[in-house]
Formats: sequence, structure tokens, C-alpha cells
Amino acid sequence: MDFPSTQFVSSQTMATYEPIHQIGMWGENFKSISNPNISASVIVDVVNKLENESETTSHEMLASSSKHDQEASKPFDKIQRRLAQNREAARKSRLRKKAYVQQLENSRLKLIQLEQELERSRQQQGLYVGGGLDTGHLGISGAVNSGIAAFELGYERWMEERNKQICELRSALNAQISDIELRILVESGMSHYFELFRMKSSVAKADVFYVMSGKWKTSAERFFSWIGGFRPSELLKVLVPQIDPLTDQQILDVCNLKQSCQQAEDALSQGMEKLRETVSATLASDQMGQGIYVPQVAMAMEKLEALVRFVNQADHLRQQTLQQMSYILTTRQAARGLLALGEYIQRLQALSTLWANHPRKPA
Amino acid sequence: MENPDPPSMKEELLSLHIRLLAPFTGSSKSSSPDPITEGFEGGDFEDLAIFGMDKVTRLASEKGVVLFSKSSCCMCYAVKILFQELGVTPTVHEIDQDPEGWEMEKALMRLGCNGPVPAIFIGGKLVGSTNEVMSLHLSGGLMPMLKPYQTLC
Repeated sequence: MDFPSTQFVSSQTMATYEPIHQIGMWGENFKSISNPNISASVIVDVVNKLENESETTSHEMLASSSKHDQEASKPFDKIQRRLAQNREAARKSRLRKKAYVQQLENSRLKLIQLEQELERSRQQQGLYVGGGLDTGHLGISGAVNSGIAAFELGYERWMEERNKQICELRSALNAQISDIELRILVESGMSHYFELFRMKSSVAKADVFYVMSGKWKTSAERFFSWIGGFRPSELLKVLVPQIDPLTDQQILDVCNLKQSCQQAEDALSQGMEKLRETVSATLASDQMGQGIYVPQVAMAMEKLEALVRFVNQADHLRQQTLQQMSYILTTRQAARGLLALGEYIQRLQALSTLWANHPRKPA
Repeated sequence: MENPDPPSMKEELLSLHIRLLAPFTGSSKSSSPDPITEGFEGGDFEDLAIFGMDKVTRLASEKGVVLFSKSSCCMCYAVKILFQELGVTPTVHEIDQDPEGWEMEKALMRLGCNGPVPAIFIGGKLVGSTNEVMSLHLSGGLMPMLKPYQTLC
């Protein structure tokens, strides 16, 4: 039984991909093979004969077994046979799908290269059409750029809001306001951080490497980066001394939280290492010397998709750490913690600016 | 509207975009026919899903910690490392090496595991995927669940 699959895999024009209709009942397959030498009536005869055969076998079983077994075995056989056939069909289909996707990915790489060349030559000739946000014209890279542009704009606003909140916290703690009012400030501080994680998740879908690089942050912040953000256990090390005194129970809880964070971070770090090994091995899995646009690149892209999962998982860990701290601490302690965190990051940013501007000895 | 490119090339580029982007946009999951399940009527699929669910529930109800994984999945590897650090050896089922792996995958998705792997069961109960395990661990709820299954070494 040969599907006409070899035709479309080697077809030059992408437009000829048709959904596979032949998967499923093998009877239908016989009917759809277009062989002019077999007339329709012959096909139908063959199908009927084979279907009659299956009925006769079940009739035989009817004679030899009890009524109860007969009711149970007939549909069971049918299901088993269908399962086996489907497994075979599914396996073939998966192979075809894989070959097709690899071909698509190769074309995608070529397309991106062509687009870039086109863009370059257009600009050279002064025929630049459309604005930066017109993603229809700029295509794939345009969509990514607008996602990043939106994030950077959002992050600017987010930083302004955060700096404002830090000032409010500072004056609130000095002014000795009520716990209820303080609670409101703490809650808005927490949800502000959660908002950042949402923004990051959104831009990670567009360009996960952008999130991994931490480009929107200052250089000193990037120095401490772990999978696209701060390391939860480091955060705890920075915060805890700032929110003394803690009760014995709180000390125990924070200790347990720190340990859990470290274990989770270890697991994710090792998972990331495994991902690097996998991508590297896939990229180099054939003999080198065959050029750049080889299937290995497309296959490595598939593996790289897992990076988005890791970035999201790391952010989830950060969110959970903040959440757990808010449960362990009192309102006042949480407010002091948020203030400490905000000021710490401001100091990192100041460090970056200072470093960028300090005079260096000439080489 | 100004159109500096010859129409044919631009149309080709655009149509190629659509063809290439479709598998990568979230919407395609519901609109494009899945070549694996196409050709089946609702009734047929139900039979197969039942077989997958049977196998998954049978394996999941084994004593201890059960992890459904794929040998190629790095997040599954991370979860395995975590359990190792916590002194637990889960029973791992690599569904990409199982002949009924596809049915099991569909069953896990029906149970709400979006991954669908890693999927973790403890004492026969579904805990969830990486998110749930991490949340549980940070809140201190994971260790008590694992205590009866920890291997002292």
C-alpha cells in the first residue's frame, strides 16, 4: 500500500501540500488510489470481499464460543485491528509531517535571508515603504521587532511606576501609617512585579533570546542574571537581613524556602545545560562540509523551542518566591522587604552608570 | 498604493509567509487538520482515547511517584533532577518510547497536562506539571507528600 507521499516531499512548489485524506480505514485507501487500470467496480469488489472475510471469521468464532464471548470479542477484534492500522498510519504520517516541517524550516531560513537582502537593497535605492509597525510588510522579523519595541516601552513605564512605589514605601514606613494602608502598598508592589512577569512571558513568545539576553536591563543587573532574571535564592539572601527581626518560626520558614529555591534552581539549571547539549549535538549531528542550510539546523530549531518553557518556568519560580515571602512575613516586614528590593536594584543601576562613566586607564 | 516590487514576487513572498507562519501561530492548532487524527470519526477516536486513558491510569496508580516523560524533553530531565535531589526515585515512563505513546499523550492532555510532559503522579493522584511541582515545593507541601517514598541512601 503506497501513499503518493513521495510526490509532495520532493515537490518544488510549496503550494501543492494537501492534507492527507488517506489516513484511516484502509478500505477508503483502495477507493482513492487513482490507477486508471483498475476500474471502480473491481476496487469495490475487493473491498467487499475483504469485509466479508472479516465477517466470516467472526461467524466462525460465533459457532465455537459462548454467546457472552461472542458479543465481547467481535468489537474487541475490530478495535485491535483498527488500533494496529492506525498506529501504522500515524507512524507514516508522523514521518511525512517531520520531513515536511524540516523542508519548511529550511525554506524559512532562506526566506529570512532573502528578506534581509531585499530590505537592504530597498533602502539603498531609497524605496523604503511603510512604517516600523507595519508588520505585514516587514514579515517575521517585523513582528518580533514590534513585540520587543512594545516591551521596551512597557518596561520604561514599569520602571517609572516602580520608582514611584519605592518613594511611597519609604515615606509610608517613616510616617508610621496603619497596617491596612501599608497592606495596600504591599499588594500593589507585588502585583507590579507579577505584571512584569506577564510582559516577559509575552515577549518571550516573540523572541526568547531577547529575554535571555536581558538587554532591557543595565549591565550590572545583567551580570547577576539567571535564565532571564534574578535568581530567587540570591533575592532571599539580599532581602532577609533587611527585614530583621524575624520570629523563630519565620526564620525556619525562610530557611526552608531558601533551600527549596536552591533545589528548584539547580534542577532548572541542569535542564538548561541538557538543552544546550541537545541543541549542540543536533546541530553537529551530520558530517560537516555540507553547507549551512541543512536539515540539522531546522531540527535544532525544534529543540530550541524548549527554551521558552525554561524562561517561563524561571519567572514562575520568581513569582512563587515573592508570593511565599508575602505569606511568611508580616505586612510591615513585607513593606520593608519590597523597599529593600527596589533600592537594591536602583543601586545596581547606579553601579552600571558609574561604571560606564568612570575614567579608564588607556590600554 | 505605491508598489515598487513586481506583483508576482511580492505575492509569492506573502503567500510563503502565510504558509510558514501558520504552524507557528497559536490558532493553527485548532484550525488545521491533525494528520494523525484526520480520517477518524468521533466514535473511533473515543475507543483509542479510552485505551490511552486506561494505560495512563493503570500506570499512574502504581505505588510511589510516577513521572510521564519523553526522553527528548529537557524540562522532564529537570524534574527528574529535582526528585533526585529530594531523595526520591520516581517510576519514569518515557512515552516517546512506548508503542502506545500517542494514545497516552492524548490521555494526559485530556487530564489537563498541557505539556503534556512532564506529568507527575504521587500515590495515584495527579499533581500536575512542572508549575504545580515547583509551587508545591516552594510552599513546603511537596516534601510531606514524598516522605513515604524517599529512599534512604
